[in-house]
Amino acid sequence: MKKSSKLLAIPLIIWLAVFVVVPFVIIIYYGVTVENDAGVISVSFENLKRFADPMYLKVFLRSIKIALISTMVCLLIGYPVAYILSRSASKYKGLIMLLIMMPMWMNFLLRTYSWMSLLENSGIINSILQALGLDKVQFLYNEGAVTFGTVYNFLPFMIMPINTTLLKLDDSLLEAAYDLGAKPAQRFFRITLPFSMPGVLSGIAMVFVPSVTTFVISQLMGGGKVPLIGDIIEKQFRVVNDWHFGATISLVVMIVVLSFMFVINRTDKQDAGERSMIL
Amino acid sequence: MGEHIIELKNIYKKFDDQHAKAAVLNNINLYINRNEFLTLLGPSGCGKTTTLRIVGGFETPTSGDIFYLGTNINNVPPYSRNINTVFQRYALFPNMTVEQNIAFGPSLKHKSKAEIDKGIEEMLELVNLKGFNKRKITTLSGGQQQRVAVARALINKPGVLLLDEPLGALDLKLRKEMQIELKRIQIESGITFLYVTHDQEEALTMSDTIAVMNDGMIQQIGTPEMIYNEPKNAFVADFIGESNIMKAIMVKDYLVRFLDCDFECIDADFGINKDVDIVLRPEDIELLKPTEGKPTGEVVSSIFKGVHYEMRVICGDELILSHSTKYYEPGTIVSIDVRPENIQVMHVSEWSDTIIGAKRAQLRSWEDAR
Repeated sequence: MKKSSKLLAIPLIIWLAVFVVVPFVIIIYYGVTVENDAGVISVSFENLKRFADPMYLKVFLRSIKIALISTMVCLLIGYPVAYILSRSASKYKGLIMLLIMMPMWMNFLLRTYSWMSLLENSGIINSILQALGLDKVQFLYNEGAVTFGTVYNFLPFMIMPINTTLLKLDDSLLEAAYDLGAKPAQRFFRITLPFSMPGVLSGIAMVFVPSVTTFVISQLMGGGKVPLIGDIIEKQFRVVNDWHFGATISLVVMIVVLSFMFVINRTDKQDAGERSMIL
Repeated sequence: MGEHIIELKNIYKKFDDQHAKAAVLNNINLYINRNEFLTLLGPSGCGKTTTLRIVGGFETPTSGDIFYLGTNINNVPPYSRNINTVFQRYALFPNMTVEQNIAFGPSLKHKSKAEIDKGIEEMLELVNLKGFNKRKITTLSGGQQQRVAVARALINKPGVLLLDEPLGALDLKLRKEMQIELKRIQIESGITFLYVTHDQEEALTMSDTIAVMNDGMIQQIGTPEMIYNEPKNAFVADFIGESNIMKAIMVKDYLVRFLDCDFECIDADFGINKDVDIVLRPEDIELLKPTEGKPTGEVVSSIFKGVHYEMRVICGDELILSHSTKYYEPGTIVSIDVRPENIQVMHVSEWSDTIIGAKRAQLRSWEDAR
């Protein structure tokens, strides 16, 4: 029994080795080395210094800023939606959930292009505005457009985990809080919100991480005017052909994301013990 | 009697999603005295939990009024009622410690830390959980969680404590211990308890007063002794304790005929030659050597139960259950005797046929076995 269960793990171990460990080692190798004109490869942290350039840092900070704002907006929209869905007894609940999920089954590029054709200067929304005698609005190709694109694409990833944790919240706990004298708002902040924190935290992670590294959204919705760190990395690999620098930036981004995840996980653990103390 | 702390008047309850079904509660009238331990007892679906939830404020009656110390509280939300609940599955907040759970109520009322801490200590002492302050709920046994749930409710010093089948999840031994514990806590704290259970033995052990419910109606209210010794109808007689229920004829006052014999009894005012139901408790049935003028039957089973023998006697159309310390071997022909005060005569009720029918079915299976 014991032996066969070990055997069952072999496919996973091979998978992890081939598709996680090896690529990771390759990225580290490229990240900490440089290649000179003669094609000689040597260990160097020169690329790290290059990345410290204000031009790159500005892009990186912008990525973090847009990711943070998107995450916040997703949380502000997603929590109420998840809450209402989890508490509602409506027979349309399943349908609403389906409608929230449906865009995710459609191609990512297609979704983003659709928004572009809606928001373009000569797009549908501006045509309507014009027909109403109003001025055209420049929706696309700015930070707002990129943030909007990120929120639109990643919102379901916020709603799903929060909804899942809230579904596990037993009605009797809410009744108990009522019974012990908690008014509706107190009940929400003392019981519902702390209880849903694991879902909130994984929602934050699931929106923040892809938002930081996205490059498709910034290229399409930002029209190249709002480059993000993902664009820089992509450019190093596909245009400039400097894999070493691209790998270095990837590593830095990864470290930032990992620290972010670490903080989230810590909060989550601490939370388990001190949940009631959060608010 | 004392002050009515809770009073229910003409309570009806219908749930929206019930299609053409009878009301869940059908004209419930009930009052609870201060410091009383009142139990709502009945089979599942009888409406006892709904009644409790109406008192707690978790359900609103379709019609009727609820009073707390004479004040109508129909529209008072649960958080403003001076009533607390011990829920069926305890509903403890899983990510808080024992102490945080107990402090939940008082902390909402902005009590000082010192006052809350003092309250917690008192409560932990009352429920025998001293030193459990920092324990996580998930590390407690069922019985301990039960105690925390009681402490969390009682620290608020409610006028009434509602308990919804609180011992249902515990094993038999622990349940018996907790019955005594809860009764002690009720006496010590001096708080009125409204208790819901389907376990008649539990109800008899703890209650000052029992309200037996069925089909959304209260069948009988009284002390445990009254409910046991003088059940009002076949349902109550059958639900509480073991019983022999059979059809009988009230020949005249103080004389009832069953098993083809006339028996003296102490009941009157049923009329002449009226159909009635009677209940005989197994421990009140005496088995004798065949005697002139008494119904006779054959012992079909005799089981040793420790304190007594449980014997079944087929007597004409009836299967009689008798508890006695005197042993008769199966196959023995015996006479049956009951003292007048041990015959409880009841009006025929809507449940008579079903209950007596079920007893007859038992008789047939015993006859087949013979």
